[in-house]
Amino acid sequence: MREVDVLIIGGGPAGLAAAVAAKEAGIDNLLVLEREDKPGGILKQCIHNGFGLRMFGEELTGPEYAQRYIDKAEALGVPIQCDTMVLSVTGDRVVTSINPEKGLEQFQAKAIVLAMGCRERPRGALGIPGWRGAGIYSAGTAQRFVNLEGLMPGRKIVILGSGDIGLIMARRMTFEGCEVKACVELMPFSSGLKRNIVQCLDDYGIPLMLNHTVVDIAGRDRVTGVTIAEIDPKTKKPIAGTEQYIECDTLLLSVGLIPENELSTGAGVDISRSTQGPVVDETLATSVEGIFAAGNVLHVHDLVDFVSEEAATAGRTAAEYVKSGAKSGGKRVPVEEGFGVGGCVPQYINLDAVKEPVKFMFRPRDVYKAARICVDVDGEEVLRGKPHMIMAPGEMAELTVDPEVFPSRPDMGKVTVRLEVK
Amino acid sequence: MRDCIIIGAGVIGSAIARELSKRELNVLVLERREDVADGGCSKANTAIVHAGYDAKPGTNKAKFNVLGNPMFDQLCADLEIPFKRNTSLVVAFEGDGMQGIYDLFERGLKNGVPDMQILDQYTLRKLEPNIGRTAIGALRLGTGGIVCPYEMTMALAENACENGVEFKLNTEVTNIERAGDHWAVTTADGTRYETKTVVNAAGLYSDKFNNMVSNEVHLDILPRRGQYYMVDKAYEHVFNATIFQLPTDKGKGILVSRTVDGTVLLGPTAEDIDDKEDTRTTAEGLADVLEHARKSWEDIPMRSFIGNFAGVRPRPSTGDFLLGEPKDAPGFFNAAGIESPGLTSAPAIGQYLGDMISDKLGAKMKENFNPKRHAIPKFRELSNEERAKLIAEDPAYGRIICRCETVTEGEIRNAIRRPLGARNLDAVKRRTRAGMGRCQSGFCSPRVVEILCEELGLDPTEVTKFGGDSQLLVGRIGAEKEGK
Repeated sequence: MREVDVLIIGGGPAGLAAAVAAKEAGIDNLLVLEREDKPGGILKQCIHNGFGLRMFGEELTGPEYAQRYIDKAEALGVPIQCDTMVLSVTGDRVVTSINPEKGLEQFQAKAIVLAMGCRERPRGALGIPGWRGAGIYSAGTAQRFVNLEGLMPGRKIVILGSGDIGLIMARRMTFEGCEVKACVELMPFSSGLKRNIVQCLDDYGIPLMLNHTVVDIAGRDRVTGVTIAEIDPKTKKPIAGTEQYIECDTLLLSVGLIPENELSTGAGVDISRSTQGPVVDETLATSVEGIFAAGNVLHVHDLVDFVSEEAATAGRTAAEYVKSGAKSGGKRVPVEEGFGVGGCVPQYINLDAVKEPVKFMFRPRDVYKAARICVDVDGEEVLRGKPHMIMAPGEMAELTVDPEVFPSRPDMGKVTVRLEVK
Repeated sequence: MRDCIIIGAGVIGSAIARELSKRELNVLVLERREDVADGGCSKANTAIVHAGYDAKPGTNKAKFNVLGNPMFDQLCADLEIPFKRNTSLVVAFEGDGMQGIYDLFERGLKNGVPDMQILDQYTLRKLEPNIGRTAIGALRLGTGGIVCPYEMTMALAENACENGVEFKLNTEVTNIERAGDHWAVTTADGTRYETKTVVNAAGLYSDKFNNMVSNEVHLDILPRRGQYYMVDKAYEHVFNATIFQLPTDKGKGILVSRTVDGTVLLGPTAEDIDDKEDTRTTAEGLADVLEHARKSWEDIPMRSFIGNFAGVRPRPSTGDFLLGEPKDAPGFFNAAGIESPGLTSAPAIGQYLGDMISDKLGAKMKENFNPKRHAIPKFRELSNEERAKLIAEDPAYGRIICRCETVTEGEIRNAIRRPLGARNLDAVKRRTRAGMGRCQSGFCSPRVVEILCEELGLDPTEVTKFGGDSQLLVGRIGAEKEGK
């Protein structure tokens, strides 16, 4: 069994940033395991621009953004072993993987950074009735076919869900001469970024139909059309009589992303119901000693720049953990999601260890105007953020809190992050 | 001149084909679909090996169910078919009373079902702590089991094929007629095959072929649709046994059953429909499944549904399996109207008709019949030592294609290269489970398309989901602009 100080599972944006940070923090015996034949993760197929504004101050395409980190990792001598699938992780950090040439390998890691990313919710999870012919794809699968294989999954498209990948694909398919007939969204708001709605739908005259869903799929061998209906926002059920049939040969699904935590669960890592990712403290340490998590495996992000920032923290804290030989531990205070706050990370603050600013990230539960983020300790407000013009579930909210804001009270019970709306 | 032509490569046709492959016979199987087990009944059913309590005593259904059930142990060992005797429970709920359970017990005794037991509420809850709160008791059937129905069909067909039976897929039979002392079978492409005997194992279309050659019994197949939900394998252990409710006149009711793959199946509905091909799911049907299944399993985790599907059972107007040689059509053998418990009965029906046809033809047993079939290695179920060995032998087993179900490239290539190998995406899925997990082929379908192209020399635009006009891709990017 090979011993590794910091083992990073996943060579996408999170894994690469974590590896670079761990290396820069002085860890030489580290290794990235990547399941595909090249590093870069999902960015490889994201050939549109808009990446890196925050991180590099310029607009890059997905592959360009990934390449910056790949180059950095190479320059630092970070080993990335591709074509390697991790089969299991144990609670005492034994990692088992396979690779066609190296066969089955086992590693004993001092620290692990989980960076496996997320997957798309499929049709089955929605229970849409109808035929099950060809032509139903999750948006990311269609994106891979078009951008990496040069193959067209269809010509007349309806998109269900308004997640960012669906919005990006609306524009991409339009560029390829397809007719994108509608983007249909169950909720009264989009789950995608405002800029994508403007740049990918509005600019091409593609209607965004809020409070609508697909209630039937026609076409035995291949999709020939879908029936959509309006949704009663209260019951979330289709309103009888509002059905309309749209002829199409393809239905793309962009109905949510799910962190891929099968390996985490196998290691005994506690998973949050709110984020569907591991429960972590501000160092991004999970509930299992020496296992850290970052990126979309922890919670689904809107921008890759945030993923890189977060993963750099995990890489650095994992490195510190190894170097100090320290056990985590100390008093962990829970972070509670207050009004308007969903999927908040971190879920704990380690009071004895907090030395640096703590960054809270979450998704607003609804669309709010003139809202501000507030932090309470045991019901007492300790911080009021600046007001935001508009907050929406499609855009991640963040607030960085200085450590001195938290009173050094040994009996501190909980921290609450909430929104205040006028 | 053939000795025998079998129409249909579902579980019944394949079971008969394997029986005949034990003899010195020239046998041909004609199947309209691009894959075996793809007709609608053999791939989409409840996957249960029934104990035999349900069928009316004295019927073919009762007889072949009870004969078939004990044959599974040997058959599944020989052919490496996933099978488990997890027992079945028929549960009575408040309002049902226990009388239905006693009646079923009596019926089971008459049918010769072994290992039955009536459980009170306390014992039931001890065995199945997650059973719905209104359960009052149950009939326990020790011989009840679960099997993978399409793998069983494929295994029977593969083994028959390896023992010399010829299969023609994408070949629909359009006519059967008498030709002197034998039969002539014509297919959609106009080919005419002469044969001494014909087996009608055409499932949903078995009425058409019976009525084409015989007036002895007029058969109508009345298609009855069953819709199902599939739940993620995280819930494999919610119940140990298969949970039935008391049967109604429409069938065995909605059940909750783990599958041999670890997922949990809810269903089926029982809807009489007009179109034999109508395997659509509907909002009403799926709601019906949920409503009834909740009685057995109150906390159904709707967030963990991975899919829904429907199958159509070939319900015979005669009420029973139609088996054997009509007097007015010598050499024509029916295995018609095989609805539930057809899967359980298949090995016994195969043996019964195999013997009957062989007697008619005076066929000798083969000396070199090989009863074994080797399944595709299931990488996800192997030990680390076995995995390391497999990768050392063939590096393709070291590359995962389907992450959710841990399916390797080696398994997918094996599925395509083996006898009666996969020709489309769903055929790969049925053989390997690639695409059957949580992401429902989101990640692996582009890779499987690539491998199908490499192995079969196809262009990606020719690859289908399940044959016919189910092409997955419509062209290459830019091709339209260039006028191609």
